[in-house]
Amino acid sequence: MKRVLAHLGLSAGALIMLYPLLWMVSASLRKNTDIFDHPGLIPEHPTLGNYALGWSSTGTSFGVYIMNSLIICAAVVIGNVITCSLTAYAFARMRFVGRKALFAVMLGTIMLPAHVTLIAQYSIFRNLNWIDTFWPMIVPSFLATDAFFVFLMVQFIRSIPVELDDAARIDGCGYWGIYRRIILPLLSPALVTTAIFSFIWTWNNFFSQLIYLSTRTRLTVPVALRGFLDATGSSEWGGLFAMSVVTLVPVVVVFVVFQRRILAGMAHTGLK
Amino acid sequence: MARLRQSLPAYLFLLPWLIGVLGLTIGPMLLSLYYSFTDYALLNTPEWTGLHNYTALFQDPRYLHSLRVTFIYVGVSVPLEMAFALAVAVLLNRGLKGLAVYRALYYVPSLLGGSVAIALLWQQIFGSDGLLNDILGVFGIHGRGWISEPGTALWTLIVLRVWQFGAPMVIFLAGLRQIPDDVLEAAEVDGAGRWQRFWRVTLPLLSPVVFFNLVLQIIGAFQAFTPAFVISGGKGGPSDSTLFYTLYLYQQAFGNFRMGYAAAMAWVLLLIIAVFTGLNFVLGRTWVFYGDEGVRR
Repeated sequence: MKRVLAHLGLSAGALIMLYPLLWMVSASLRKNTDIFDHPGLIPEHPTLGNYALGWSSTGTSFGVYIMNSLIICAAVVIGNVITCSLTAYAFARMRFVGRKALFAVMLGTIMLPAHVTLIAQYSIFRNLNWIDTFWPMIVPSFLATDAFFVFLMVQFIRSIPVELDDAARIDGCGYWGIYRRIILPLLSPALVTTAIFSFIWTWNNFFSQLIYLSTRTRLTVPVALRGFLDATGSSEWGGLFAMSVVTLVPVVVVFVVFQRRILAGMAHTGLK
Repeated sequence: MARLRQSLPAYLFLLPWLIGVLGLTIGPMLLSLYYSFTDYALLNTPEWTGLHNYTALFQDPRYLHSLRVTFIYVGVSVPLEMAFALAVAVLLNRGLKGLAVYRALYYVPSLLGGSVAIALLWQQIFGSDGLLNDILGVFGIHGRGWISEPGTALWTLIVLRVWQFGAPMVIFLAGLRQIPDDVLEAAEVDGAGRWQRFWRVTLPLLSPVVFFNLVLQIIGAFQAFTPAFVISGGKGGPSDSTLFYTLYLYQQAFGNFRMGYAAAMAWVLLLIIAVFTGLNFVLGRTWVFYGDEGVRR
């Protein structure tokens, strides 16, 4: 009896939590005039019209924004996976002058609020003529600036037995060989976690895309979505909800496919 | 010299990170610090004004107001979020079937909550013709414009943050799994009731995880931006009631191009976050239990 009550409570809680999301999906399937008629979930005259309308009503196809977001996301994923693993390998396995101090610096940058570098970064990128390009979003990821992933990988590499490195060294591998043939393959769970979170965070990232991008055809999904009502004349809620659903679908798909890895990664490291 | 030569391969591996940390983190940090002592509008060369930006900050009523708004937001939303996370985690940890499903469902809002799409949805839900008032209408309650009234606008943002309690909940669940069953059973044998077991055994053993979550959530909440920006249309209204610290910083930097002023704001924010984190660590000593004290005694 107690168990049934617990299940009832937890299911009711989950329904309340997810109701706004379900309602948004339902609203995206209604005619503009029907959206605010009743708070239920079942649309009376379901239509996909909002999707067609929203896709093109900002003057630029929504596909362009999605493409831009995907380009940035793909680049950030590649950059983080490569450069964070190089950095993590050096910190976890190599001896060098200044190792402790540099490791402390790396840890210190994990919690650093982005705002404290923001103004100067903006003026640097401006001098490089990178405003209104994708470079300010992409280049930092090729310089291992997301120390969180470095830390995640250092922890992971430390759990790989050193004997494997030694065996490879006896077989004639140098540092590069050990990194390529031993560490990288064994590190793949951490690399996948890094790739997943890089994708989700970059896809949802609003702030830097807001300050750096301005030309309509270069906008990404979050920036375009936020300007949607301005661009279409403010009453096109159906189109807005349809495009909102479109922007959330990739994240939900990634979550469903990689659910176990995401939740395990969260539990171990406190990733948000 | 020999040691330096031995270090060379490591520095080659570290090269991208070194360039990044110098060129994109430490360099810009120091440059921002310099800007904070200048009058700088992006197009001019920065003009040294000493402490002027900092003294001006604390005479700027909108700045002080943004501090107050941010403190209320952090002070209310973080404890609520933590309480929900802990309560649901404890409920889920009692060996119920379907744990994985519930955990995933409760986590979904954390996954999507930071996005523009959800902020826009929130604007809709709490609007005067929105979903919430529709639902209240079913029960005959006449709602109000939750977002358009200064008295309630900030609370919609607090609700949005609390709604995302799934992330700390997952961490709590992992922590609860680490607590050995025999400790709880021993307490039960000694006659401890459910509440006593929770307060005297579970919570102390979980306290390092609570601490970790608390530090992380406070740091994150101070930097919240997207929901306030989207819901208030970039203005922080109505009547500045949602003027988050970072939102005011954005307005000063990219609306008024007062880069020096914004840089000073950023450095004060860093100090505030550092003080809160430090305070957490100091206070943490009084309530975080790492489990080795008893062994040594």
